[in-house]
Amino acid sequence: MSSEEARGPSDVELGRRAFRRRQGFRSVLISIASTLALALVAWITIINTPGWARVQQTFFEPGVALEALPRVWDGFLLNVRVLLFAAAGVLVLSIVIAGIRTLRGPIFFPLRALAAGYTDLFRGMPLIITLYLVGFGIPGLIGAGGPRIPSEVLGTIALILTYSAYVSEVFRAGIEAVHPSQRLAARSLGLSHGASMRLVILPQAVRKITPALMNDFVAMQKDVGLISVLGAVDAVRAAQIETSHAFNFTPYVVAGLLFVLLALPLIRLTDWYSARLRAREQSGAIV
Amino acid sequence: MTAVLRLEGIHKSFGSTEVLRGIDLTVDSHQVVALIGASGSGKSTLLRTINLLETVDDGQVWLAGVDVSDPSVRADAVRARIGVVFQHYNLFPHLSVLDNVTLASRHVFGSPRPTAEARGLELLERIGLADHARSFPDRLSGGQQQRAAIVRAIATNPELLLLDEITSALDPELVTEVLDLVRELKADGTTIVMATHEMAFARDVADRVVFLDRGVIAEQGTPAEVFGNPQQPRTREFLSRFLQ
Repeated sequence: MSSEEARGPSDVELGRRAFRRRQGFRSVLISIASTLALALVAWITIINTPGWARVQQTFFEPGVALEALPRVWDGFLLNVRVLLFAAAGVLVLSIVIAGIRTLRGPIFFPLRALAAGYTDLFRGMPLIITLYLVGFGIPGLIGAGGPRIPSEVLGTIALILTYSAYVSEVFRAGIEAVHPSQRLAARSLGLSHGASMRLVILPQAVRKITPALMNDFVAMQKDVGLISVLGAVDAVRAAQIETSHAFNFTPYVVAGLLFVLLALPLIRLTDWYSARLRAREQSGAIV
Repeated sequence: MTAVLRLEGIHKSFGSTEVLRGIDLTVDSHQVVALIGASGSGKSTLLRTINLLETVDDGQVWLAGVDVSDPSVRADAVRARIGVVFQHYNLFPHLSVLDNVTLASRHVFGSPRPTAEARGLELLERIGLADHARSFPDRLSGGQQQRAAIVRAIATNPELLLLDEITSALDPELVTEVLDLVRELKADGTTIVMATHEMAFARDVADRVVFLDRGVIAEQGTPAEVFGNPQQPRTREFLSRFLQ
Protein backbone atom coordinates (compact mmCIF):
# COMPACT_ATOMS: atom_id res chain seq x y z
CA MET A 1 0.00 0.00 0.00
CA SER A 2 2.66 2.49 1.06
CA SER A 3 4.84 1.75 -1.93
CA GLU A 4 1.92 2.47 -4.24
CA GLU A 5 1.35 5.82 -2.56
CA ALA A 6 4.99 6.68 -2.92
CA ARG A 7 4.94 5.69 -6.60
CA GLY A 8 1.67 7.37 -7.52
CA PRO A 9 -0.58 6.21 -10.35
CA SER A 10 0.76 6.32 -13.88
CA ASP A 11 -0.56 8.72 -16.53
CA VAL A 12 -2.39 5.87 -18.22
CA GLU A 13 -4.20 5.01 -14.97
CA LEU A 14 -5.02 8.70 -14.37
CA GLY A 15 -6.50 8.89 -17.85
CA ARG A 16 -8.59 5.77 -17.21
CA ARG A 17 -9.87 7.18 -13.91
CA ALA A 18 -10.85 10.48 -15.54
CA PHE A 19 -12.66 8.58 -18.29
CA ARG A 20 -14.56 6.47 -15.72
CA ARG A 21 -15.53 9.61 -13.80
CA ARG A 22 -16.91 11.24 -16.96
CA GLN A 23 -18.77 8.04 -17.81
CA GLY A 24 -20.21 7.82 -14.29
CA PHE A 25 -21.37 11.44 -14.41
CA ARG A 26 -23.03 10.89 -17.77
CA SER A 27 -24.88 7.77 -16.63
CA VAL A 28 -26.26 9.59 -13.58
CA LEU A 29 -27.58 12.39 -15.80
CA ILE A 30 -29.14 9.93 -18.23
CA SER A 31 -30.82 7.94 -15.47
CA ILE A 32 -32.26 11.10 -13.88
CA ALA A 33 -33.61 12.29 -17.23
CA SER A 34 -35.18 8.95 -18.11
CA THR A 35 -36.76 8.58 -14.67
CA LEU A 36 -38.31 12.04 -14.91
CA ALA A 37 -39.58 11.36 -18.42
CA LEU A 38 -41.19 8.08 -17.38
CA ALA A 39 -42.80 9.66 -14.30
CA LEU A 40 -44.18 12.50 -16.44
CA VAL A 41 -45.70 10.09 -18.98
CA ALA A 42 -47.26 7.99 -16.19
CA TRP A 43 -48.61 11.07 -14.45
CA ILE A 44 -50.15 12.56 -17.61
CA THR A 45 -51.69 9.20 -18.54
CA ILE A 46 -53.28 8.73 -15.14
CA ILE A 47 -54.65 12.23 -14.66
CA ASN A 48 -56.12 12.14 -18.14
CA THR A 49 -58.16 9.00 -17.48
CA PRO A 50 -61.87 9.89 -17.34
CA GLY A 51 -62.36 8.71 -13.73
CA TRP A 52 -59.24 10.25 -12.23
CA ALA A 53 -61.01 13.02 -10.33
CA ARG A 54 -63.39 10.52 -8.71
CA VAL A 55 -60.62 8.09 -7.84
CA GLN A 56 -58.50 10.84 -6.38
CA GLN A 57 -61.39 11.87 -4.18
CA THR A 58 -62.20 8.37 -2.91
CA PHE A 59 -58.66 7.01 -2.45
CA PHE A 60 -56.35 9.96 -1.91
CA GLU A 61 -58.25 12.49 0.23
CA PRO A 62 -55.73 14.13 2.60
CA GLY A 63 -58.36 15.24 5.13
CA VAL A 64 -59.77 11.73 5.48
CA ALA A 65 -56.27 10.29 5.69
CA LEU A 66 -55.33 12.60 8.55
CA GLU A 67 -58.49 11.82 10.43
CA ALA A 68 -58.11 8.05 10.00
CA LEU A 69 -54.41 7.93 10.84
CA PRO A 70 -54.59 7.67 14.68
CA ARG A 71 -56.93 4.64 14.68
CA VAL A 72 -55.21 2.95 11.76
CA TRP A 73 -51.87 3.54 13.52
CA ASP A 74 -53.17 1.92 16.72
CA GLY A 75 -54.29 -1.08 14.66
CA PHE A 76 -50.95 -1.12 12.91
CA LEU A 77 -49.14 -1.45 16.24
CA LEU A 78 -51.18 -4.63 16.83
CA ASN A 79 -49.94 -5.92 13.43
CA VAL A 80 -46.35 -5.24 14.46
CA ARG A 81 -46.84 -7.10 17.75
CA VAL A 82 -48.43 -10.06 15.96
CA LEU A 83 -45.60 -10.01 13.44
CA LEU A 84 -42.90 -10.20 16.13
CA PHE A 85 -44.59 -13.07 17.97
CA ALA A 86 -45.34 -14.91 14.74
CA ALA A 87 -41.75 -14.51 13.49
CA ALA A 88 -40.34 -15.92 16.74
CA GLY A 89 -42.82 -18.82 16.62
CA VAL A 90 -42.05 -19.57 12.98
CA LEU A 91 -38.32 -19.62 13.66
CA VAL A 92 -38.67 -22.20 16.44
CA LEU A 93 -41.31 -24.42 14.82
CA SER A 94 -39.67 -24.45 11.38
CA ILE A 95 -36.26 -25.47 12.74
CA VAL A 96 -37.91 -28.29 14.69
CA ILE A 97 -39.82 -29.48 11.60
CA ALA A 98 -36.73 -29.23 9.38
CA GLY A 99 -34.70 -31.12 11.99
CA ILE A 100 -37.28 -33.88 12.13
CA ARG A 101 -37.34 -34.18 8.35
CA THR A 102 -33.58 -34.72 8.23
CA LEU A 103 -33.60 -37.46 10.89
CA ARG A 104 -32.58 -40.86 9.62
CA GLY A 105 -33.47 -44.31 10.86
CA PRO A 106 -36.70 -46.31 10.91
CA ILE A 107 -37.61 -45.31 14.49
CA PHE A 108 -38.24 -41.79 13.33
CA PHE A 109 -40.52 -42.78 10.45
CA PRO A 110 -43.77 -41.67 12.14
CA LEU A 111 -42.24 -38.32 13.10
CA ARG A 112 -40.82 -37.83 9.60
CA ALA A 113 -44.13 -38.72 7.99
CA LEU A 114 -45.98 -36.36 10.30
CA ALA A 115 -43.57 -33.51 9.52
CA ALA A 116 -43.82 -34.18 5.77
CA GLY A 117 -47.61 -34.28 5.97
CA TYR A 118 -47.60 -31.02 7.92
CA THR A 119 -45.53 -29.15 5.32
CA ASP A 120 -47.63 -30.57 2.47
CA LEU A 121 -50.89 -29.58 4.14
CA PHE A 122 -50.04 -26.06 5.21
CA ARG A 123 -48.12 -25.11 2.10
CA GLY A 124 -51.13 -26.13 0.04
CA MET A 125 -53.80 -24.57 2.24
CA PRO A 126 -54.65 -20.91 1.54
CA LEU A 127 -53.73 -18.79 4.56
CA ILE A 128 -57.23 -17.36 4.80
CA ILE A 129 -58.74 -20.83 5.22
CA THR A 130 -56.17 -21.71 7.89
CA LEU A 131 -57.13 -18.47 9.61
CA TYR A 132 -60.81 -19.45 9.60
CA LEU A 133 -60.10 -23.02 10.71
CA VAL A 134 -57.89 -21.92 13.59
CA GLY A 135 -59.86 -18.78 14.42
CA PHE A 136 -63.21 -20.50 14.69
CA GLY A 137 -62.09 -24.12 15.15
CA ILE A 138 -60.00 -23.74 18.32
CA PRO A 139 -62.67 -21.72 20.21
CA GLY A 140 -65.12 -24.41 19.07
CA LEU A 141 -62.93 -27.13 20.55
CA ILE A 142 -62.64 -25.27 23.85
CA GLY A 143 -66.42 -24.82 23.98
CA ALA A 144 -68.58 -22.01 25.24
CA GLY A 145 -67.62 -22.53 28.90
CA GLY A 146 -63.88 -22.21 28.39
CA PRO A 147 -61.68 -19.12 28.38
CA ARG A 148 -62.01 -16.74 25.44
CA ILE A 149 -58.86 -16.54 23.36
CA PRO A 150 -58.28 -13.10 21.76
CA SER A 151 -58.61 -13.24 17.99
CA GLU A 152 -55.14 -11.75 17.45
CA VAL A 153 -53.66 -14.73 19.34
CA LEU A 154 -55.59 -17.16 17.13
CA GLY A 155 -54.45 -15.21 14.08
CA THR A 156 -50.83 -15.46 15.24
CA ILE A 157 -51.20 -19.23 15.62
CA ALA A 158 -52.59 -19.55 12.09
CA LEU A 159 -49.71 -17.45 10.70
CA ILE A 160 -47.15 -19.57 12.53
CA LEU A 161 -48.71 -22.77 11.19
CA THR A 162 -48.71 -21.58 7.58
CA TYR A 163 -45.34 -19.86 7.50
CA SER A 164 -43.49 -22.58 9.43
CA ALA A 165 -44.42 -24.98 6.63
CA TYR A 166 -42.65 -22.75 4.09
CA VAL A 167 -39.74 -21.73 6.26
CA SER A 168 -39.02 -25.32 7.38
CA GLU A 169 -38.54 -26.21 3.70
CA VAL A 170 -36.10 -23.32 3.37
CA PHE A 171 -34.19 -24.61 6.41
CA ARG A 172 -34.20 -28.15 5.02
CA ALA A 173 -32.80 -26.91 1.71
CA GLY A 174 -30.10 -25.03 3.64
CA ILE A 175 -29.22 -28.09 5.72
CA GLU A 176 -28.93 -30.22 2.59
CA ALA A 177 -26.83 -27.54 0.86
CA VAL A 178 -24.05 -27.88 3.46
CA HIS A 179 -21.45 -30.19 1.94
CA PRO A 180 -21.63 -33.79 3.28
CA SER A 181 -17.91 -33.65 4.11
CA GLN A 182 -18.75 -31.18 6.89
CA ARG A 183 -21.09 -33.71 8.50
CA LEU A 184 -18.42 -36.37 8.06
CA ALA A 185 -15.80 -34.21 9.77
CA ALA A 186 -18.18 -33.41 12.63
CA ARG A 187 -19.15 -37.04 13.16
CA SER A 188 -15.51 -38.17 12.96
CA LEU A 189 -14.79 -35.95 15.98
CA GLY A 190 -17.33 -37.99 17.94
CA LEU A 191 -20.12 -35.40 17.84
CA SER A 192 -23.60 -36.93 17.88
CA HIS A 193 -26.12 -36.31 15.10
CA GLY A 194 -27.80 -33.61 17.17
CA ALA A 195 -24.56 -31.91 18.17
CA SER A 196 -23.25 -31.95 14.57
CA MET A 197 -26.51 -30.37 13.47
CA ARG A 198 -26.44 -27.67 16.13
CA LEU A 199 -22.74 -26.81 16.06
CA VAL A 200 -21.70 -27.45 12.47
CA ILE A 201 -24.55 -27.88 9.97
CA LEU A 202 -27.20 -25.36 11.08
CA PRO A 203 -24.85 -22.39 11.51
CA GLN A 204 -23.61 -22.88 7.95
CA ALA A 205 -27.11 -23.54 6.63
CA VAL A 206 -28.46 -20.34 8.17
CA ARG A 207 -25.80 -18.26 6.40
CA LYS A 208 -26.77 -19.81 3.08
CA ILE A 209 -30.50 -19.23 3.49
CA THR A 210 -30.58 -15.83 5.20
CA PRO A 211 -31.77 -13.98 2.06
CA ALA A 212 -34.57 -16.52 1.54
CA LEU A 213 -35.56 -16.28 5.21
CA MET A 214 -35.68 -12.50 5.09
CA ASN A 215 -37.81 -12.70 1.97
CA ASP A 216 -40.31 -14.94 3.75
CA PHE A 217 -40.31 -12.48 6.64
CA VAL A 218 -41.22 -9.65 4.27
CA ALA A 219 -44.04 -11.78 2.87
CA MET A 220 -45.34 -12.45 6.37
CA GLN A 221 -45.14 -8.76 7.20
CA LYS A 222 -48.03 -8.01 4.88
CA ASP A 223 -49.94 -11.19 5.58
CA VAL A 224 -50.36 -10.17 9.23
CA GLY A 225 -53.01 -7.82 7.84
CA LEU A 226 -55.20 -10.87 7.18
CA ILE A 227 -55.84 -11.46 10.89
CA SER A 228 -58.51 -8.78 10.50
CA VAL A 229 -60.85 -11.46 9.09
CA LEU A 230 -61.04 -12.91 12.62
CA GLY A 231 -62.22 -9.57 14.01
CA ALA A 232 -58.95 -8.36 15.53
CA VAL A 233 -58.84 -4.57 15.21
CA ASP A 234 -55.58 -4.27 13.32
CA ALA A 235 -54.64 -1.66 10.71
CA VAL A 236 -56.80 -3.24 8.01
CA ARG A 237 -59.81 -3.62 10.29
CA ALA A 238 -59.39 -0.08 11.62
CA ALA A 239 -59.17 1.20 8.05
CA GLN A 240 -62.36 -0.69 7.23
CA ILE A 241 -64.16 0.96 10.15
CA GLU A 242 -62.87 4.39 9.19
CA THR A 243 -63.85 3.80 5.58
CA SER A 244 -67.44 3.02 6.51
CA HIS A 245 -67.57 6.18 8.61
CA ALA A 246 -66.17 8.47 5.96
CA PHE A 247 -67.64 6.72 2.87
CA ASN A 248 -64.12 7.03 1.46
CA PHE A 249 -61.44 4.45 0.73
CA THR A 250 -58.48 6.62 1.74
CA PRO A 251 -57.98 4.86 5.13
CA TYR A 252 -57.15 1.64 3.25
CA VAL A 253 -54.43 3.48 1.35
CA VAL A 254 -53.12 4.82 4.66
CA ALA A 255 -52.95 1.29 6.09
CA GLY A 256 -51.32 0.01 2.90
CA LEU A 257 -48.65 2.71 3.02
CA LEU A 258 -47.87 1.88 6.65
CA PHE A 259 -47.24 -1.76 5.66
CA VAL A 260 -44.99 -0.68 2.81
CA LEU A 261 -43.02 1.62 5.14
CA LEU A 262 -42.58 -1.29 7.56
CA ALA A 263 -41.36 -3.60 4.82
CA LEU A 264 -39.01 -1.20 3.03
CA PRO A 265 -36.04 -1.25 5.44
CA LEU A 266 -36.04 -5.03 5.51
CA ILE A 267 -36.37 -5.32 1.74
CA ARG A 268 -33.35 -3.03 1.34
CA LEU A 269 -31.47 -4.99 4.01
CA THR A 270 -32.22 -8.27 2.22
CA ASP A 271 -30.92 -6.87 -1.06
CA TRP A 272 -27.80 -5.54 0.60
CA TYR A 273 -27.10 -8.82 2.39
CA SER A 274 -27.66 -10.92 -0.75
CA ALA A 275 -25.30 -8.68 -2.70
CA ARG A 276 -22.66 -8.96 0.02
CA LEU A 277 -23.03 -12.74 0.11
CA ARG A 278 -22.65 -12.90 -3.68
CA ALA A 279 -19.56 -10.71 -3.53
CA ARG A 280 -17.98 -12.92 -0.88
CA GLU A 281 -18.73 -16.07 -2.84
CA GLN A 282 -17.16 -14.61 -5.95
CA SER A 283 -14.04 -13.66 -4.04
CA GLY A 284 -13.63 -17.32 -3.16
CA ALA A 285 -14.69 -17.18 0.48
CA ILE A 286 -16.72 -20.12 1.68
CA VAL A 287 -19.27 -18.44 3.91
CA MET B 1 0.04 -56.53 24.52
CA THR B 2 -3.27 -55.86 22.78
CA ALA B 3 -3.02 -54.28 19.37
CA VAL B 4 -4.48 -50.78 19.05
CA LEU B 5 -6.33 -51.89 15.95
CA ARG B 6 -7.10 -55.30 14.52
CA LEU B 7 -9.13 -55.86 11.37
CA GLU B 8 -10.45 -59.34 10.61
CA GLY B 9 -11.93 -60.30 7.25
CA ILE B 10 -13.34 -56.85 6.41
CA HIS B 11 -15.75 -56.88 3.48
CA LYS B 12 -17.52 -53.84 2.07
CA SER B 13 -19.52 -53.36 -1.13
CA PHE B 14 -21.17 -50.32 -2.65
CA GLY B 15 -24.02 -51.67 -4.75
CA SER B 16 -22.51 -54.44 -6.87
CA THR B 17 -18.95 -53.12 -6.48
CA GLU B 18 -16.90 -55.03 -3.94
CA VAL B 19 -14.50 -52.43 -2.58
CA LEU B 20 -12.97 -54.44 0.28
CA ARG B 21 -12.67 -58.19 -0.12
CA GLY B 22 -11.42 -59.63 3.14
CA ILE B 23 -8.87 -57.35 4.81
CA ASP B 24 -6.85 -58.55 7.82
CA LEU B 25 -4.59 -55.99 9.45
CA THR B 26 -3.05 -55.47 12.87
CA VAL B 27 -1.63 -52.16 14.06
CA ASP B 28 0.38 -52.09 17.29
CA SER B 29 0.81 -49.15 19.59
CA HIS B 30 3.19 -46.40 18.32
CA GLN B 31 3.24 -47.98 14.89
CA VAL B 32 2.87 -46.04 11.66
CA VAL B 33 1.24 -48.04 8.89
CA ALA B 34 1.12 -46.68 5.34
CA LEU B 35 -1.61 -47.87 2.99
CA ILE B 36 -0.52 -47.58 -0.61
CA GLY B 37 -2.28 -48.59 -3.79
CA ALA B 38 -3.94 -47.17 -6.88
CA SER B 39 -7.01 -44.95 -6.66
CA GLY B 40 -10.03 -47.16 -6.09
CA SER B 41 -8.01 -49.89 -4.39
CA GLY B 42 -10.04 -49.35 -1.18
CA LYS B 43 -7.66 -47.28 0.96
CA SER B 44 -10.14 -44.55 1.87
CA THR B 45 -13.00 -46.99 2.38
CA LEU B 46 -10.83 -49.03 4.72
CA LEU B 47 -10.06 -45.93 6.80
CA ARG B 48 -13.74 -45.07 6.95
CA THR B 49 -14.73 -48.53 8.14
CA ILE B 50 -12.17 -48.24 10.96
CA ASN B 51 -13.86 -45.23 12.52
CA LEU B 52 -17.34 -46.52 11.66
CA LEU B 53 -18.20 -43.84 9.12
CA GLU B 54 -19.01 -46.91 6.97
CA THR B 55 -20.53 -50.05 8.42
CA VAL B 56 -18.81 -53.23 7.31
CA ASP B 57 -20.70 -55.91 5.38
CA ASP B 58 -18.69 -58.62 7.08
CA GLY B 59 -15.69 -58.99 9.37
CA GLN B 60 -14.74 -57.32 12.63
CA VAL B 61 -13.00 -54.12 13.72
CA TRP B 62 -11.23 -54.45 17.07
CA LEU B 63 -10.16 -51.26 18.80
CA ALA B 64 -7.96 -51.91 21.85
CA GLY B 65 -9.40 -55.40 22.18
CA VAL B 66 -13.07 -54.44 21.83
CA ASP B 67 -15.13 -55.35 18.77
CA VAL B 68 -16.44 -51.92 17.75
CA SER B 69 -18.20 -53.27 14.65
CA ASP B 70 -20.77 -54.74 17.08
CA PRO B 71 -23.90 -52.67 16.39
CA SER B 72 -24.59 -52.29 20.12
CA VAL B 73 -21.38 -50.29 20.51
CA ARG B 74 -21.99 -46.53 20.56
CA ALA B 75 -20.33 -45.30 17.37
CA ASP B 76 -19.94 -41.70 18.61
CA ALA B 77 -17.87 -42.90 21.57
CA VAL B 78 -15.64 -44.96 19.25
CA ARG B 79 -15.13 -42.04 16.85
CA ALA B 80 -14.18 -39.80 19.75
CA ARG B 81 -11.21 -42.12 20.38
CA ILE B 82 -10.00 -41.96 16.77
CA GLY B 83 -8.68 -38.85 15.03
CA VAL B 84 -9.28 -38.40 11.31
CA VAL B 85 -7.67 -35.99 8.84
CA PHE B 86 -9.26 -35.68 5.41
CA GLN B 87 -7.84 -34.92 1.99
CA HIS B 88 -9.76 -31.64 1.74
CA TYR B 89 -9.10 -30.60 5.38
CA ASN B 90 -12.87 -30.23 6.09
CA LEU B 91 -12.30 -27.47 8.61
CA PHE B 92 -15.52 -25.82 9.72
CA PRO B 93 -15.61 -22.52 7.80
CA HIS B 94 -17.92 -20.74 10.25
CA LEU B 95 -15.65 -21.35 13.26
CA SER B 96 -12.29 -19.78 14.08
CA VAL B 97 -9.23 -22.00 13.89
CA LEU B 98 -9.17 -22.25 17.69
CA ASP B 99 -12.87 -23.17 17.84
CA ASN B 100 -12.26 -25.83 15.20
CA VAL B 101 -9.48 -27.29 17.32
CA THR B 102 -11.40 -27.17 20.61
CA LEU B 103 -14.84 -28.23 19.36
CA ALA B 104 -14.48 -31.91 20.26
CA SER B 105 -12.83 -31.21 23.62
CA ARG B 106 -15.67 -28.92 24.63
CA HIS B 107 -18.66 -30.70 23.17
CA VAL B 108 -17.67 -34.37 23.21
CA PHE B 109 -15.44 -34.54 26.27
CA GLY B 110 -17.07 -31.66 28.13
CA SER B 111 -13.86 -29.76 28.92
CA PRO B 112 -14.47 -26.21 30.12
CA ARG B 113 -13.62 -23.63 27.47
CA PRO B 114 -10.49 -22.22 29.23
CA THR B 115 -8.96 -25.71 29.59
CA ALA B 116 -9.74 -26.65 26.00
CA GLU B 117 -8.43 -23.33 24.67
CA ALA B 118 -5.22 -23.54 26.66
CA ARG B 119 -4.55 -26.95 25.14
CA GLY B 120 -5.63 -25.75 21.68
CA LEU B 121 -3.37 -22.70 21.81
CA GLU B 122 -0.47 -24.84 22.98
CA LEU B 123 -0.91 -27.11 19.96
CA LEU B 124 -1.34 -24.20 17.55
CA GLU B 125 1.78 -22.63 19.06
CA ARG B 126 3.66 -25.81 18.31
CA ILE B 127 2.75 -25.71 14.62
CA GLY B 128 3.32 -21.95 14.41
CA LEU B 129 -0.34 -21.03 13.92
CA ALA B 130 -0.99 -19.40 17.30
CA ASP B 131 -1.24 -16.02 15.54
CA HIS B 132 -4.06 -17.41 13.44
CA ALA B 133 -6.04 -18.87 16.36
CA ARG B 134 -8.83 -16.30 15.97
CA SER B 135 -8.72 -16.28 12.16
CA PHE B 136 -11.22 -18.15 10.05
CA PRO B 137 -10.00 -21.08 7.96
CA ASP B 138 -10.45 -19.26 4.64
CA ARG B 139 -7.66 -16.84 5.62
CA LEU B 140 -5.16 -19.72 5.82
CA SER B 141 -3.12 -21.37 3.08
CA GLY B 142 -3.86 -24.99 2.20
CA GLY B 143 -0.87 -26.23 4.15
CA GLN B 144 -1.85 -24.19 7.19
CA GLN B 145 -5.43 -25.45 6.96
CA GLN B 146 -4.29 -29.04 6.77
CA ARG B 147 -1.97 -28.59 9.75
CA ALA B 148 -4.84 -27.03 11.68
CA ALA B 149 -6.98 -30.02 10.70
CA ILE B 150 -4.30 -32.38 12.02
CA VAL B 151 -4.19 -30.46 15.30
CA ARG B 152 -8.00 -30.63 15.48
CA ALA B 153 -7.77 -34.41 15.10
CA ILE B 154 -5.15 -34.86 17.83
CA ALA B 155 -6.46 -32.25 20.29
CA THR B 156 -8.33 -34.90 22.27
CA ASN B 157 -5.38 -37.34 22.37
CA PRO B 158 -6.94 -40.08 20.26
CA GLU B 159 -5.61 -43.64 20.53
CA LEU B 160 -5.37 -43.86 16.78
CA LEU B 161 -4.90 -41.29 14.02
CA LEU B 162 -6.20 -41.91 10.49
CA LEU B 163 -4.77 -39.81 7.67
CA ASP B 164 -6.61 -40.01 4.36
CA GLU B 165 -4.31 -38.76 1.57
CA ILE B 166 -3.75 -35.56 3.49
CA THR B 167 -1.33 -34.03 1.00
CA SER B 168 -3.19 -34.87 -2.22
CA ALA B 169 -5.02 -31.52 -2.40
CA LEU B 170 -1.93 -29.42 -1.60
CA ASP B 171 0.41 -27.50 -3.85
CA PRO B 172 3.79 -29.25 -3.98
CA GLU B 173 5.56 -26.52 -1.98
CA LEU B 174 3.03 -26.91 0.86
CA VAL B 175 3.38 -30.69 1.17
CA THR B 176 6.60 -30.56 3.19
CA GLU B 177 5.20 -28.57 6.12
CA VAL B 178 2.36 -31.07 6.51
CA LEU B 179 4.61 -34.13 6.25
CA ASP B 180 7.05 -32.62 8.78
CA LEU B 181 4.18 -32.39 11.24
CA VAL B 182 3.34 -36.07 10.69
CA ARG B 183 7.01 -36.90 11.35
CA GLU B 184 6.76 -35.06 14.67
CA LEU B 185 3.62 -36.99 15.59
CA LYS B 186 5.43 -40.23 14.91
CA ALA B 187 8.30 -39.09 17.11
CA ASP B 188 5.73 -38.44 19.87
CA GLY B 189 4.61 -42.05 19.58
CA THR B 190 1.24 -41.50 17.88
CA THR B 191 -0.28 -44.62 16.34
CA ILE B 192 -1.06 -43.77 12.72
CA VAL B 193 -2.73 -45.45 9.76
CA MET B 194 -2.32 -43.35 6.63
CA ALA B 195 -3.43 -43.71 3.06
CA THR B 196 -0.86 -41.95 0.92
CA HIS B 197 0.55 -41.42 -2.55
CA GLU B 198 3.79 -39.99 -1.16
CA MET B 199 5.99 -43.05 -1.62
CA ALA B 200 9.16 -41.35 -0.43
CA PHE B 201 7.40 -40.27 2.72
CA ALA B 202 5.93 -43.75 3.32
CA ARG B 203 9.37 -45.26 2.92
CA ASP B 204 10.84 -42.74 5.32
CA VAL B 205 8.24 -42.72 8.10
CA ALA B 206 6.22 -45.93 8.00
CA ASP B 207 7.06 -48.92 10.16
CA ARG B 208 5.00 -51.05 7.83
CA VAL B 209 3.78 -50.56 4.29
CA VAL B 210 0.59 -52.26 3.14
CA PHE B 211 -0.10 -52.50 -0.58
CA LEU B 212 -3.82 -52.70 -1.35
CA ASP B 213 -4.92 -53.99 -4.72
CA ARG B 214 -8.58 -54.29 -5.74
CA GLY B 215 -9.80 -54.63 -2.19
CA VAL B 216 -7.25 -57.12 -0.86
CA ILE B 217 -3.84 -56.75 0.76
CA ALA B 218 -1.53 -57.91 -2.01
CA GLU B 219 1.67 -57.43 -0.05
CA GLN B 220 2.90 -55.95 3.21
CA GLY B 221 6.15 -55.60 5.09
CA THR B 222 8.74 -53.08 6.17
CA PRO B 223 9.41 -50.21 3.73
CA ALA B 224 12.71 -51.87 2.87
CA GLU B 225 10.94 -55.10 1.93
CA VAL B 226 8.02 -53.61 -0.02
CA PHE B 227 9.94 -50.83 -1.79
CA GLY B 228 13.31 -52.54 -1.99
CA ASN B 229 12.28 -56.02 -2.97
CA PRO B 230 8.59 -56.34 -3.86
CA GLN B 231 7.50 -59.96 -4.18
CA GLN B 232 4.26 -59.56 -6.10
CA PRO B 233 4.13 -58.58 -9.78
CA ARG B 234 1.22 -56.20 -9.03
CA THR B 235 3.31 -54.40 -6.42
CA ARG B 236 6.26 -54.09 -8.79
CA GLU B 237 3.99 -52.75 -11.51
CA PHE B 238 2.41 -50.20 -9.15
CA LEU B 239 5.75 -49.03 -7.74
CA SER B 240 7.43 -48.79 -11.11
CA ARG B 241 4.94 -46.07 -12.06
CA PHE B 242 6.11 -44.01 -9.08
CA LEU B 243 9.80 -44.57 -9.50
CA GLN B 244 10.00 -43.30 -13.04
